Amino acid sequence: MKRKMEVSELIFKIVSYVFLVVFAVMCIYPFIYAISSSLSSRVAVENGWVTFLPVGETEGSVGVQFEAYRWVLNNNVFWISYANTLFMAFVGTIWCMIYTMMGAYALSKKRLMGRRAFNFFLVFTMWFSAGIVPQYRNYEATGEILAALAGTTYAGGSFDQKWLIILAMGMNATNVILLRNAFEGVPAEIEEAARIDGATEMQILFKVYIPMSKATIATVALFFGISRWNGYFWAMRMMPDYRYNWPVQVYIRNFIDMTSGLINPENEYYKWENVIQNVGGTGFDHNTLSAMSVVYAMVICAVIPILCIYPFIQKYFAKGVNMGGVKE
Amino acid sequence: MQLFKLKCDDFLEYDESTGTYSIPADQQVRDAHEKSHWKDVGYTLLKDWRLYLMLVPMLLVYLLWRYLPMTELLAAFKDPQTGGGGLEVADQYWYGLTNFYNLFFGTLSPEFWSAFRNTFIIAFYGLLFGFPFPIILALFFNEVKSNITRSIIQVCVYLPKFMSTVIITTLAIVLFRAPTSADGSTGMGVLSQLFVTMFPNSESLKEAVQTTGGLVFHPEYFRAIYQVTGIWEHGGYDSIVFFAAVIAVSPTSYEAAQMDGAGKMQQMRYVVIPSILSTVVIMLIMKVGSLLSVGYEKVYLMSSGSNRLAAEIVATFSNRLLETGGDTSIGIAAEMVNNLIGMILVIGANSIARKASDVSLY
Repeated sequence: MKRKMEVSELIFKIVSYVFLVVFAVMCIYPFIYAISSSLSSRVAVENGWVTFLPVGETEGSVGVQFEAYRWVLNNNVFWISYANTLFMAFVGTIWCMIYTMMGAYALSKKRLMGRRAFNFFLVFTMWFSAGIVPQYRNYEATGEILAALAGTTYAGGSFDQKWLIILAMGMNATNVILLRNAFEGVPAEIEEAARIDGATEMQILFKVYIPMSKATIATVALFFGISRWNGYFWAMRMMPDYRYNWPVQVYIRNFIDMTSGLINPENEYYKWENVIQNVGGTGFDHNTLSAMSVVYAMVICAVIPILCIYPFIQKYFAKGVNMGGVKE
Repeated sequence: MQLFKLKCDDFLEYDESTGTYSIPADQQVRDAHEKSHWKDVGYTLLKDWRLYLMLVPMLLVYLLWRYLPMTELLAAFKDPQTGGGGLEVADQYWYGLTNFYNLFFGTLSPEFWSAFRNTFIIAFYGLLFGFPFPIILALFFNEVKSNITRSIIQVCVYLPKFMSTVIITTLAIVLFRAPTSADGSTGMGVLSQLFVTMFPNSESLKEAVQTTGGLVFHPEYFRAIYQVTGIWEHGGYDSIVFFAAVIAVSPTSYEAAQMDGAGKMQQMRYVVIPSILSTVVIMLIMKVGSLLSVGYEKVYLMSSGSNRLAAEIVATFSNRLLETGGDTSIGIAAEMVNNLIGMILVIGANSIARKASDVSLY
């Protein structure tokens, strides 16, 4: 009896280890592949020789070249889009955090009259959304108003559409509920003590509530920041032609669309001059460098900021998710 | 006078001696109470004005950019051709349900029904394959007793969740890309190469690989690749909730089961599964609820003209009408139908969850 149990346990253990390791490798393999491809020579990338390590001029050899990164580094439009994304992610997260924290604080107060109605007002946006066309028209109108406030016009690219993206997008009712639940968990006695000492609501929020729910705040800020960093669709939709306002995701996608035909040299439409005219960059030597290597290099560049902060905040996810999950 | 007295008798007291009416004492008490109630309400509102002020920015943001767009839904009931198509939605003439009739039975209806079907299929397969995977992953995670090993694996499997849709779809496109050489034998993406090597006799696969852009843009393979990348992206992260439920199982339960001679499978069946069942049920109900809200960003990035038959969902159908200058009223109507069904599913699922287990997400 004892022996049989151990065998089944051992088999299960082996199966689970194998499965987990295989899945973990699958999860990071595309990134390893992207790094290797960005460092490989043109022939290697276009003939599909790269599987794991960077490949040089001949099949099976190992060779590293930094041409793709050199080209990306010298491409000013890419770095402008990169700076745009950093700016939008940073300012946008701060803006979202400010109103979400204040709103969640107010909603966490049981004595607040009309609390259920306000909650419903938020949650309804999770159930029903107007759809793409109404949302598009709304953003367009917002853009026109913002442009008028800034003293420019929306059409023609003189208006900085980044502000439209920062102000009007990125709200998320789930994050409000996450924060509200965390604030509800703060003991009432501490708040009472602060109130007796004469603290105002704002002081209570910033001196008592925020320090006491750091984990959730970090999680929520991370969610906001990542959705800002990764946002593509509406940025692409609202600023299709004006490339100096593009975020990096839109830039990468446009670059792929522009260069997907370059693999086939007979395709006249996709000339490098054409690409450079549309998405920036100079001096592309397509004898030594593949457009796909450039795409990989850009992907790696765009992933780096997330990879940098990821290990530090990874421990907060589990906490934040479990808190926000099932509760009412 | 007599008539008036009769009518007022119910709530006023008539004093015969003085000939005057007065409010009865108990009613006065009730009135005072009600007055003080409204006084209390006003007082509370005034006292909490700071809280309301803190709430205002958030409500304003949601009002302006979540609720104001809903007024545009009126366009679904209006004639887009009024005034040569130049009028604002509010000024257009009412059109009844004609837009919906055209959507369901008109010239655009085949495209709409195909989009509707695709939305459903993508969502359903997502549920079928995407839901059990994180649970299995959580059960396997429980077997890894070393914290360091588990942390390393977790760091790897959570990672794709934080990548942008653009990057995920880019990687999918290039890993499944078509061959570059003219004879179609070399230069294909690593994964297309892998599948071609695995199934050397499949002519349809060889043909599909040749699709412009690769397997992602082939209608038959789009669905599979969409689901696989979906699992790849969310599987690890979604397992967090289930893993929390699995590690909450008390070790004594396992010991008791072992004492009774239960093997690993029996422990799974009689100890672990019952303990995490409530979490599973709730997550399942929630998943069913959000069935129709397929993320359109990923679908948009993975679709092209060649895989439209399989890859166009209602949202991208509506977006295509907007981009190509088609009849946006019909696009609005289409998405409204989709989102209303979605909303009914969410509310239904939520109330079932509330009844079934006293917990719900909202």
